[in-house]
Amino acid sequence: MSEIKEVIINNDRLATDEYLVNMGPQHPSTHGVLRLLVKLEGEKVLNVQPHSGYIHSGIEKMCEAISYPQIIHLTDRMDYLSAHMNNEAVALCVEKALQVEVPDRVKYIRTIMDELSRLASHQLWWCVFGMDLGALTTFFYGLRDRELILDIFEETCGARMTVSYNTPGGLMADIHPNFQKRVKDYLKYFKTKLPEYDKLLSGNVILKERTEGIGYLTKEDAIEYGVTGPSGRASGFSCDVRKHVPYSAYPFVKFNEILDHRCDTYARYEVRIKEMYESISIIEQLIDNIPAGDYAVKMKGVLKLPEGEFYQRVESARGEFGVFIVSDGKKNPYRLKFRSPGFSNLFALNKMATGHKIADLVAIMSTLDLIIPDIDR
Amino acid sequence: MTNEELKAYLTERFPEAEIKTGPQYVEMTVVNSSLLETANQLKTEKETSFDYLFCLTGVDYPQNMGIIYHLESLEHRHTMVLKVKTADRVNPAVDTVSSVWVTAKYHEREVYDLLGVRFNNHTDLRRVFLDDDWGHPLRKDYVDEVRIVER
Amino acid sequence: MAFNIYDFTTLTHNIHVGLAESFSPFVATTIEWVIVGVVYLLFIAVFGLFLVYAERKVCAAFQQRLGPMRVGPWGLLQTIADFIKLLMKELIMPRKADYFLYNLAPYLVIIASFLAISVLPFAPGLQSMDFDIGVFYLTAVSSVGVIGILLAGWSSNNKYSLIGAMRSGAQILSYELSVSLSLMTMVVFAGTMQFSAIVEGQRDAWFIFSGHVPAIIAFVVFLVAGTAETNRGPFDLAEAESELVAGFHTEYSGIKFAMFFLAEYINLFIISAVAATVFLGGWMPLHFGNLESFNHVMDFIPPFIWFFGKVLFVIFIIMWFKWTFPRLRVDQILTLEWKYLLPINLVNILLMALVVLTKFHF
Repeated sequence: MSEIKEVIINNDRLATDEYLVNMGPQHPSTHGVLRLLVKLEGEKVLNVQPHSGYIHSGIEKMCEAISYPQIIHLTDRMDYLSAHMNNEAVALCVEKALQVEVPDRVKYIRTIMDELSRLASHQLWWCVFGMDLGALTTFFYGLRDRELILDIFEETCGARMTVSYNTPGGLMADIHPNFQKRVKDYLKYFKTKLPEYDKLLSGNVILKERTEGIGYLTKEDAIEYGVTGPSGRASGFSCDVRKHVPYSAYPFVKFNEILDHRCDTYARYEVRIKEMYESISIIEQLIDNIPAGDYAVKMKGVLKLPEGEFYQRVESARGEFGVFIVSDGKKNPYRLKFRSPGFSNLFALNKMATGHKIADLVAIMSTLDLIIPDIDR
Repeated sequence: MTNEELKAYLTERFPEAEIKTGPQYVEMTVVNSSLLETANQLKTEKETSFDYLFCLTGVDYPQNMGIIYHLESLEHRHTMVLKVKTADRVNPAVDTVSSVWVTAKYHEREVYDLLGVRFNNHTDLRRVFLDDDWGHPLRKDYVDEVRIVER
Repeated sequence: MAFNIYDFTTLTHNIHVGLAESFSPFVATTIEWVIVGVVYLLFIAVFGLFLVYAERKVCAAFQQRLGPMRVGPWGLLQTIADFIKLLMKELIMPRKADYFLYNLAPYLVIIASFLAISVLPFAPGLQSMDFDIGVFYLTAVSSVGVIGILLAGWSSNNKYSLIGAMRSGAQILSYELSVSLSLMTMVVFAGTMQFSAIVEGQRDAWFIFSGHVPAIIAFVVFLVAGTAETNRGPFDLAEAESELVAGFHTEYSGIKFAMFFLAEYINLFIISAVAATVFLGGWMPLHFGNLESFNHVMDFIPPFIWFFGKVLFVIFIIMWFKWTFPRLRVDQILTLEWKYLLPINLVNILLMALVVLTKFHF
């Protein structure tokens, strides 16, 4: 029933040649439980309506009942590919509210971990993007390299994906003695493997035909829809939080914000590939210079934030991630809001996909790099 | 503009609004009747040009319901917080700003879903995550005996 | 005339004579039918299973992994285990599916493949039907399969299936043209449509060598169009896992799905076998004009080894396509056919006619 109602609300009625297809909640290309109600005319997409909520876990409500160090463990479960950035956002927000200055060592390690997560996330995105376009081999190339990053995480954090490595005031534990060596070895290895990605997919004629001029999102629209991250930057929207509101060790490093003005699917593809090179360069600048010191500041057993409203922005692998804490002075937040990049990015899909083919819809959705728990929270 | 300049400018430009400096950002509270106009002015006027709404959320304050807009200007790179509050808890409603920032359309749907604040003139006010007959879980008076265990 | 020690003509002839002597002509013919049918069924079952295994191993090699390794040595029994699993699975049918057409579709698809395989010469004498219009017959029956695909998509009462079937219909009908025309180019060159005669004509040099430029163009076009006709990647729009779940066979399970699956691999075999027969000399060994001793050594390699070697080579190329390229979009696939392959083909036929007329070949 609800479908029929929605159609009446949004599209008046279906013409004779038009029909509706439910892509999802179980569909190979939605990468999770997202439902897209697609109105089609033959192969042409007339309208896409995303329906989320299938994996809504009420994290914001849960956060109102638990303490700040506990919240960090919930943030892993939202955007599980940028778990570290999500952790960091909460930790930074709490530190900002308590006016705690963490040691430089913590900042350096956090930034290195951020960029490793970004690499891992972009690698996974790359292999899944290839798979969405039908090039199944990319999947194994991407995962091959990602596994090694997860191994590094495992050694230092004890977990591969849901790392929970940050805590208000610093880190859960110091880095593993092997950490620096392994990261350096990995970068050496990955620098030889990254050109393979280009060889396999980037220059491919079919890929270019499939992506160039598809899913056009102008800079104005990107800003209007709040499309951030690599997807926004591919439209020329300078939205890199690392650059504009630097946090952790980002003020100490030199890196470029990758901007592209072609605004299409291929631009979004290329921005991510170039960001991987930037991430490598950021890690290289930091890895040898991790200062000695404590890995955490001594904090009180029970953290109570002063009354007020605090907001912290970080750049996750998908875009701008924000934490908004309203505190009434107790040990748990009065209200906590996560601004997830996926949520805003998702709703630009209709704008981008309308008028293209079903196959393009899949490609466009893939370049938005959606993580469904990040949207639903 | 720095926060102080921005505060000075806003105080002069919007004399009827309540303006204070929060821990990070300048916070400006307006009444619902002037929300849409203020939002439009904040976005279009050259001095402020807040063209990027990066967060929209609602808070169930003890006395009233508040909708909070985090704004950034890409040109000036300054940030501010716009707030609107409504004392009506039974049928809270504020004007939509989706005509000013498109992304508000979807964030407002989320706020409607989780807090039950209605947005006047919203073109597509449906719930995003939950079923139609579900309550509004982020309200402080929300009770769900079945699914939430109180400790 | 090079002598051939692996000629099956006498064997099949002796069987026929023996049967005709002991039974009435009607019974003898019936027994022959049954023998031929059983042989083809066995061949297809075994070769189909082997192809599935080969595809998994080839794809694993491209993807830097090992592929099936657990069931049997080097995972050799994996496909058999899979097949047994498919046989034992429950047959699920959507409630509002068209009962008759839904059940008919897999048979149509597999029958079309069986019909096509019957004209292929595996070795001298090993060919069940030797029409003098063999090429024509092959192009005719190989397009019957698309009816099965369309029926499957329509009768499943599923929109994904329907989109997949319509894509498949548009695609196969278009690429049928290129397949036929590139074969026609070679028919012009060979001067016959009979498969056995085409193979015989390549005794001195395979057509791809003797026909030089136009033959190579025709071979490339045939490979591309053939890949498209078998619905394989990068032209697997009808299945398009990431877009249409599984396309036209989304709603099929168990043995009916296995039939589609098998038919896909038989079609792969047919396309490769036709390419091998028409362009690469079929079972004919590699001969060079006047290198007598070399030619003689080559003759000692059995013809079916030659045939399957060439077939597997072409199959490997087609698998290589699939595991390297992203999928095309539906409009691009039609553009490729109608704007590029078809004109190239038409010009190529003219070129071939000129080559034949001026005797500018080897």
